[in-house]
Amino acid sequence: MSTIRCDIVSAEKEIFHGNVSMVIATGEMGELGIAPRHAPLITRLKPGQVRLKLENGEEQFFYVSGGILEVQPQVVTVLADTAERAADLDEAAARKAKDEAERAIANRVDAMEIAEAQAQLAQALAQLQALEQLRRSLKH
Amino acid sequence: MAGGREIKTKIKSVQNTRKVTRALEMVSASKIRKAQDLMKASRPYARLMRQAIGHIARANSEYKHPFMVERSEIKRVGYVIVSTDRGLCGGLNTNLFRNLLGQIRAWQDKGVEVDMVCIGQKASAYFRRLKVNMVGSVTHLGERPQIDQLIGVIKVMLDAYTDGRIDRLSLVYNDFVNTMTQKATVDQLLPLPPSDELTSTHSWDYLYEPDPASVLDHVLKRYVESLVYQATLENLASEHAARMVAMKSASDNATKAIGTLTLIYNKARQAAITQEISEIVGGAAAV
Repeated sequence: MSTIRCDIVSAEKEIFHGNVSMVIATGEMGELGIAPRHAPLITRLKPGQVRLKLENGEEQFFYVSGGILEVQPQVVTVLADTAERAADLDEAAARKAKDEAERAIANRVDAMEIAEAQAQLAQALAQLQALEQLRRSLKH
Repeated sequence: MAGGREIKTKIKSVQNTRKVTRALEMVSASKIRKAQDLMKASRPYARLMRQAIGHIARANSEYKHPFMVERSEIKRVGYVIVSTDRGLCGGLNTNLFRNLLGQIRAWQDKGVEVDMVCIGQKASAYFRRLKVNMVGSVTHLGERPQIDQLIGVIKVMLDAYTDGRIDRLSLVYNDFVNTMTQKATVDQLLPLPPSDELTSTHSWDYLYEPDPASVLDHVLKRYVESLVYQATLENLASEHAARMVAMKSASDNATKAIGTLTLIYNKARQAAITQEISEIVGGAAAV
């Protein structure tokens, strides 16, 4: 029986890799069964199961919350999403990032930071000077 | 005894500093392993994603996604900068920013404006002082950055690219080579840099479900996200490595300073004793 290599990965870890005789996944347009030598195909996955038929006839199941399925004649790749994704969720995240930037710009504490750094520098210099003097006085 | 007490206090203070730097060094040494594990765990995804993108670039599709087309005129460029949240990590951030500043100057000389999004506290603190347009920022990613923390800033840039507000997008981060070496890296994200092996043996194309536009859009967005995520993890590992090295040399310096100070203290003590004895002898002779 011919087999096809299958890799299932998510951004945070590798989930499965090995040879299988069939991959069954829920594509956006419906269930897909991928057998070896399938034509090149690429599609988005809907949240659901990815079922693998292993060489020895066993089946393995994985749950994915979305992702991409890429089929090449010799290899099937499932790039699974880890995070919950939806258009409006993404939009909210983008808005938050913008707000954060505006806050960072508005929050000008430069003058304070510089004053603080200068104070520290003056202190360090004074210590250094004291040390230097001490050393000199000891030599004499 | 001239200044004996002052030297003692100084020694105490340096000893305390050394305690802190030692502790930081050891904390980083343990965190670096975890960061490296994270980095390794996410590599298969990045590798397979790159492979899929390589396939897509080689497919003879009639549809060309805007992310894959080089624009003739560049009016504005975007940068995604990955930095650390905390300092005390040697020249890690400074080197990265200096590297980037050179590029920004070069663009500005050509009359091209620069937009940027910052990941990490240090970048947003640094770049808000410069005359660049900061359009997004995310800080406090913690020890285990998650991809959903980054979606926001990436979307800001991808939207800007799609709308034609920026014509090029680059990613700036510290590449973790090994514990001693971290390399400041600038990678072009968009448009996709042309792949080396464009000569395919035969002409083929994917079956796209439902249609090329939406599928490619989805895939390319995920691709950019995975690159930024990978860069964040590399940068995290770099941060701990750089901090470990910086704190080690700080501890060594403290040890050296303590040695010198102890020597000075002992000399001062000796001088005081000698003086006291000669005074006593002088006094006895006078009687």
